[in-house]
Amino acid sequence: MFKILHAEFIASGIKRFVIEAPRIARKQKPGQFLILRVHDRGERIPLTIEKSDPRRGTINIVVQSIGKTTHLLNSLESGDGILDIVGPLGKPSEIEKFGTVVVIGGGVGTAMAYPTAAALKSAGNRIISIVGARTKGLVILENEMREVSDQLTVTTDDGSYAKKGLVSDELLQLINAKTPIDLVLSVGPIPMMRAIADITRKHGIRTIVSLNPIMIDGTGMCGGCRVLVDGKSEFACVDGPEFDASRIDFDVLVQRNSMYRAAERRSMEDFEHEREAMLQSIHRAQVAYHGGRA
Amino acid sequence: MTPVADKSQNPVPIKERMKLPRQRMPEQAAQLRAANFKEVNLGYPEEFARREALRCLECAKPTCIRDCPVGVKVKEFVQLIVAGDFMAAAAKIREDNVLPAITGRVCPQEDHCEGGCLMGKKVQPLGVGYLERFVADYEQQHMDQLAIHKAPSTGKKVAIVGSGPSGLTAAGDLVQKGHQVHVFEALHELGGVLVYGIPEFRLPKKIIREQIDYMRNMGVEFETNVVVGKTVTINELMEEEGYDAVFIGTGAGLPVFMGIPGEHLNGVYSANEFLTRINLMHAYEFPGYDEPILNFRDKDVAVIGGGNTALDAIRSALRLGARKAYVIYRRSDAEMPARKEEVKHAREEGIEFRVLTNPTEFLSDGKGWLTAVRCMKMELGEPDASGRRRPVPIAGSEFDLPLSVAVMAIGTSANPLIQSTTPGLQTNKRNYIEADSNSQRTSRKGVFAGGDIVTGSATVILAMGAGRRAAKSIHEYLTTGIW
Repeated sequence: MFKILHAEFIASGIKRFVIEAPRIARKQKPGQFLILRVHDRGERIPLTIEKSDPRRGTINIVVQSIGKTTHLLNSLESGDGILDIVGPLGKPSEIEKFGTVVVIGGGVGTAMAYPTAAALKSAGNRIISIVGARTKGLVILENEMREVSDQLTVTTDDGSYAKKGLVSDELLQLINAKTPIDLVLSVGPIPMMRAIADITRKHGIRTIVSLNPIMIDGTGMCGGCRVLVDGKSEFACVDGPEFDASRIDFDVLVQRNSMYRAAERRSMEDFEHEREAMLQSIHRAQVAYHGGRA
Repeated sequence: MTPVADKSQNPVPIKERMKLPRQRMPEQAAQLRAANFKEVNLGYPEEFARREALRCLECAKPTCIRDCPVGVKVKEFVQLIVAGDFMAAAAKIREDNVLPAITGRVCPQEDHCEGGCLMGKKVQPLGVGYLERFVADYEQQHMDQLAIHKAPSTGKKVAIVGSGPSGLTAAGDLVQKGHQVHVFEALHELGGVLVYGIPEFRLPKKIIREQIDYMRNMGVEFETNVVVGKTVTINELMEEEGYDAVFIGTGAGLPVFMGIPGEHLNGVYSANEFLTRINLMHAYEFPGYDEPILNFRDKDVAVIGGGNTALDAIRSALRLGARKAYVIYRRSDAEMPARKEEVKHAREEGIEFRVLTNPTEFLSDGKGWLTAVRCMKMELGEPDASGRRRPVPIAGSEFDLPLSVAVMAIGTSANPLIQSTTPGLQTNKRNYIEADSNSQRTSRKGVFAGGDIVTGSATVILAMGAGRRAAKSIHEYLTTGIW
């Protein structure tokens, strides 16, 4: 059981958790993720680690309510526990002095781009950040990103906040303005990462994307997270999660992520009715667990 | 030590014993069990066990013991069954095997004890596995006041990496020697392949939990959710956490794919993923459990491969409601590596075997979903490196088999997580960890390894044998300090 020390919504349906996980906190590096399971009949889902505090033994994750597990997770509060958390998993981001790096965060992907952006900044890179969201209520980590960026632009699809438009438009403008770009880091929804990859491929700009395919064990054992890289299967959990965008077959990525759409819908519908009962049973389990330990 | 009667208590004259029929294992009827995940074999009633035990010839040089990877004293425990002392029989097995309820169920006995049984040359061999299972289950039901024999504490700490068969065996042996034993498991449940790989109908999870509880009572500590190589390294365990020795038993690695077109299609699983969803994550109980699996009801499904994993997968698919369930295997029946009993059970359940057949491509509906597998017929040519006759494609024999799901069960390759984070740990050219086949020592002082991470995919009992040898040499190392 991993204790939640702090939980707060930082945007509509997006919650940040500070969790006690000393082993993970000690080892986590930017770009790495964890896998968690909320309750004893739960599924295992991968989530990027926003940051960690090795001294306090805590890790932060930022979670967007999408399916049953994330909705359930986002119903938990400070003092609650998460049954299982394992990590840090995956290869850390490659951190060195590249020169100018454009960091693009789309939606909750900004939380995944943030630790790498911070590390790249510390390594002496010039950071140009583009943070995008569908609408004003979904913009996250604007201040944090500003702190680690030399230049920051925020965009919203509907123009309800900051600049109206897509992050890809913003990147194109930088390219058209002849801004020298040595590397692009792009983390967000697949259509966004694909759009960015299409642009940078044309201009020969090296681009890293962080992928989040369906995963179970996260140690390379199951092979469920395989992505087609230059026509060959690689495992996002051990070979990634970051890949060179120009080598990724995004069609296959989209197709494989849709594999359980029907089941996911079913789970979500059930959850609407079960939410209270599930939360109660999780709380009971926690009381039993802590009672047993005391 | 349990005393063994000097004189046989078996009233049946030796010559008569060969005439006694092997006691049949009661099992769920094929049609019934093909639709549920409950255990297929129901276990010997006491009557059957007593009768089967009477068949043992009590050989002067028992080949059954010689052929057991952990050296279970078969002759002695069977005689204790004849004498009616089942608890003593269990204790006798436990001297060499800490997981008898598991090996009694999943060991390929035909390759070991029963394969060595002299009777097998003329009639059916002694049902050693069935007897072992009987004794272990009996012990479980009657172990209220079971005394745990443990040596006084040595003050030495051993880390076991992986809670599969090799790790559990090493842990059980070492804790009895008085060492402090801590087992690290990457997943959220203990048992390794026993939990994520072997289905409920062959090895109920309850049995594994009981064996692990037994070890916990002996004093073994368990910690889940730790991926050694990621969460903590071998060096950190030894230098910062104070472990005097480490045993690496991390098991089978990454699933191997064939590298043919269409393997990324929706509907193509690795056996590891498919079985993990079902066994570890209970996807067959969706939506009661959250992890989903594709809908198998009235779908046609094939597994590629002919080992135990392949059969576990296809029999699981059948239980999920598959209409047609095929085993596609490139060699012939004779070369099929699966346990004989599993092949028999699978046939009874209606699994179709397409042997001498090899996939060349997975075909799709144009939207990313599997619709069929294209195969070639094969014939057997000259023996290959494995000594088995090499399957050779027959020109012009292509055909398409309509399928909704295909499961790849053609083996695994080494998981690099520990090798890549442990300086000085030597590996072979396939990246498995180099360990002495006798002492299980690696190139790193104080670090031992065994099971699939050393040998590549093998069986539960072979991994247990490695765990046992490792425990013995870890004990020697910790008590003598000599490397």
